[in-house]
Amino acid sequence: MNRRNTLYTKVAALLVAGLCGGAQAQKLSDGAIRIGFLTDMSSVYSDLDGSAGAIAIQMAIDDFKARNPGMTIELLSADHQNKADIASSKAREWFDQKGLDLLIGGTNSGASLAMKSVAAEKKKPFIAIGSGTSKLTNEECTPYTVHYAYDTIALANVTGGAVVRAGGKSWYFLTADYAFGQSLEKDTSAVVTANGGKVLGAIRHPLNAADFSSFMLQAQASGAQILGLANAGGDTINAIKAANEFGVTNSMKLVGLLMFNTDIHTLGLPATKGMYMTDGWTWNQSAESRAWAKRFFEKVKRMPSMVQAGDYSATTQYLQAVKAAGTDDGDAVMAQLKKTRINDMFAQGGYIRADGRMVHDMRLVQVKSPEESTEPWDYVKLVEIVPGEKAFQSLADSKCPLIKK
Amino acid sequence: MTVILGKPLPVLMAQLLLGLVNGSFYALLSLGLAVIFGLLNVINFSHGALYMMGAMLAWIGAEYLGLGYWPMLVLAPLAVGILGMAFERLLLRRLQGLDHLYGLLLTFGATLLIQGLFRSFFGVSGQPYPVPELLRGSVNLGFMVLPLYRAWVVLVSLVVCLLTWFVIERTPLGARLRAGTENAALAQAFGINVPLMITLTYGFGVALAALAGVLAAPVLQVQPLMGSDLIIVVFAVVVIGGMGSIAGSIVTGLLLGVVEGLARVFYPPGSATVVFVVMAIVLLVRPAGLFGREA
Amino acid sequence: MRARSKLLLPALRVGVALAIAAALPLVGAYPVFLMDVLCFGLFAAAFNLLLGYSGLLSFGHAAFFGAAAYACGVALRDWGWPPEAGLLLGVLCAAGLGALIGALGIRRKGIYFAMITLALAQMLYFVFLQAPFTHGEDGLQEIPRGRLLGVLPLADDLVLYYVVLAIVAGAWISMGRVIGSPFGQVLLAIRDNEPRAISLGYATDRFKLLAFVLSAALAGLAGALKALVLGFASLTDAHWSMSGLVILMVLVGGVGTRWGPLVGALVIVGLEHKIGEIGAVLANFTGISWFSTLGEAVTMVTGLIFIVCVMAFRRGIVGECIDWWHRRRGGLSV
Repeated sequence: MNRRNTLYTKVAALLVAGLCGGAQAQKLSDGAIRIGFLTDMSSVYSDLDGSAGAIAIQMAIDDFKARNPGMTIELLSADHQNKADIASSKAREWFDQKGLDLLIGGTNSGASLAMKSVAAEKKKPFIAIGSGTSKLTNEECTPYTVHYAYDTIALANVTGGAVVRAGGKSWYFLTADYAFGQSLEKDTSAVVTANGGKVLGAIRHPLNAADFSSFMLQAQASGAQILGLANAGGDTINAIKAANEFGVTNSMKLVGLLMFNTDIHTLGLPATKGMYMTDGWTWNQSAESRAWAKRFFEKVKRMPSMVQAGDYSATTQYLQAVKAAGTDDGDAVMAQLKKTRINDMFAQGGYIRADGRMVHDMRLVQVKSPEESTEPWDYVKLVEIVPGEKAFQSLADSKCPLIKK
Repeated sequence: MTVILGKPLPVLMAQLLLGLVNGSFYALLSLGLAVIFGLLNVINFSHGALYMMGAMLAWIGAEYLGLGYWPMLVLAPLAVGILGMAFERLLLRRLQGLDHLYGLLLTFGATLLIQGLFRSFFGVSGQPYPVPELLRGSVNLGFMVLPLYRAWVVLVSLVVCLLTWFVIERTPLGARLRAGTENAALAQAFGINVPLMITLTYGFGVALAALAGVLAAPVLQVQPLMGSDLIIVVFAVVVIGGMGSIAGSIVTGLLLGVVEGLARVFYPPGSATVVFVVMAIVLLVRPAGLFGREA
Repeated sequence: MRARSKLLLPALRVGVALAIAAALPLVGAYPVFLMDVLCFGLFAAAFNLLLGYSGLLSFGHAAFFGAAAYACGVALRDWGWPPEAGLLLGVLCAAGLGALIGALGIRRKGIYFAMITLALAQMLYFVFLQAPFTHGEDGLQEIPRGRLLGVLPLADDLVLYYVVLAIVAGAWISMGRVIGSPFGQVLLAIRDNEPRAISLGYATDRFKLLAFVLSAALAGLAGALKALVLGFASLTDAHWSMSGLVILMVLVGGVGTRWGPLVGALVIVGLEHKIGEIGAVLANFTGISWFSTLGEAVTMVTGLIFIVCVMAFRRGIVGECIDWWHRRRGGLSV
């Protein structure tokens, strides 16, 4: 593009912005909104979120810019490789050197815990979407953290509760040995015992474990009815494969405490049919979600997971909050976010609580058998919608120091 | 149900068997390492990365070339062996007169390069690799269900290890090989083409690593970092066995696999470190290793 | 005259370097990046003490780095100790570990020694992986900076920078004194020809062990400082890839040279931080879009540099400079 064209475009943009961009002058730091996105792009969780998550966020930015031309919004993304120290350093560098206004955390709870500290130190919002640890809205809560899509307590309440009520009384856990896995195991154990079940034991495995054979044998030896997989992504997939290989599925029922449609896609319906899981969002749950999922599919060639949809929704909500507040100052935007009702393709009637928890309805679903599946990626059927207030931890139980009791 | 030391017999037997399977991987890998070190005096740090390459080539063969398990069982080690020979000829050979440490550092650099390359093309996520048709299914041994494939792994490893040991220790070819490394000048004076032998030996050693990789593909996740922590355990095995002893590394590999399996039953948190603890003890008592020759 | 100038030139070099380093943040350099370079420079210098001056290749130095980082982190965060106490604890832990690992390995030589240090360091890594106080995969987060000696607020990046600079410079100068001392001379003798040193009556094993412990202690200081600066200690600090990284820094900078480790640290840390941007530049320049993924290819680039250094660039940057200087003055290639 030659220089004259660029000049004309700039002038035209300015005119348009001046004419219709909205009455309030946007008091933006450096005159731009910079969003940073750190997630696992190459390791165990890269399918759930990964670089496709960055695409989802960019879609949100583009959609917002189409409605609000003249605003400069930039996206920075990087791979934290599931390492908390890389996440922490990168976040700090972006805040210090690149004028970051919003940090979005993808998968890996350990990395999210590191990121929320940096964001709180710099007084900027941090939205955790891909990670599940309930600590983010309990002991580790900050005034700048929003925990968006799901957490381990909701998963435990919905999946754990449903399975115990259906008869699965004795449990054994296979846990990923870090913040998320331990959180999931702890929360689900509490739900199981509260509903009259028994936890016979647990075995911890390192993240990205290659060989689950030894763990499978020990699980089998426990004699429990239910094998709860307190892990996610590639680990869950490999655990299920090993369980099938060693015949564990003959004597125990597998419950994937955090599973996504991407996992079912990798494993195939024959290996997973009948499994219960909790989802915050399914791509074909409504006409709106379907429409957005189609747009995503065109870019990525895979149907979106709950996390990727959450990336889109959270970014849109943030940008709208900035517009409403008239500034990208951290405190103002957080106040605005906590006042908003969230009604979009991700959630209806969602809201953000004082402890940072985004409360919305969760869905108990069951994996379809191959015969029941009517179209590609049609993997689950809805069993029950659990309202947000019942699924998530109640505010009264929250251990967040910000809540005045 | 019989209980030994607090653990039911079936569990014990199952873990022992699994330990044997792991042990055969250790044996195969430490064999390659011992061959290269014993005959070439080079610590091949890239052994783990080449093991990974064998597994990844098997996957690539299936994914892109339509070549199943059986052809890749031969082709992958061949390909890696040729690559290894090229590496030895072009790079490793030039470090011959220098401190052995440089050889270690060169292969270390090669490890990073290979791992980084595969990582940037394939990501760190594991690739699924199916068990070949013929070996699917399992055998119910009563105390556990043993997948057929794992029995196959043990068989192949033992056969290859025994064959290699036999060739090196009991055949004329092996004798020439050993002569060439003990005194290259003298051996060459007798007409043995020592440089060629060294290249071929290196190729063979890394081919063994790749073979272990192909064997591992259906069992473990095929991913670019699968060799990186394994290699250090293999180093420990070779140190315990005694560097330069081929029989020593085979026996030690199997033994340590079993020890690890037992540790997983009796003291799971220690199962990752038990090999190193054994190494520390052996070093204190017998610094040359269990079967080692020099002090 | 000769003796005076022998001391003057190195002292002048240190002085100039210090002045430049002190001025850098004031002209806009990112203090956290500079501190990262300083910590790793110290780590590399500690390693160089062992490899360059004593001839011992340890492939497990990350164990000392990581152990000290965790010790300092736990002390500062969980026990509420002041920063100087945490640093001291880190150094002591690393030295203790150094004595242990050194004692086990020192009887073996060369390659064997390297492999033993590697295996023992890996054992420690697994211990860290499972010990509750390290928080495993999550790492030790939010290590507070506190106030140095109750006075200096280290939360301020600039204040912390000068403190770190002072500590590293102090360690650096001490190392120089050690190398120049009779003890250092014996180490050099052992490195060059151990049998002869033994025949001269030196208990070489004891000297080597002492050098090992010293190196471990200084590596520990670097690790503790890093935990203080960046605010976290994680498993990466104790992984063998960290051991490999420090070897690379010393190799690139120049083994056995005084300034090599620092130069090497600067190059490698700079590379790690900036590789994304370098990749983007290369992508634009050559039109090959694959270069823009270079940011994720740190391992590959590191491996390549390793290979190049070992094959063709064994003296490292500083080593080549010294050699060039010698040849310029008409001397023979060293």
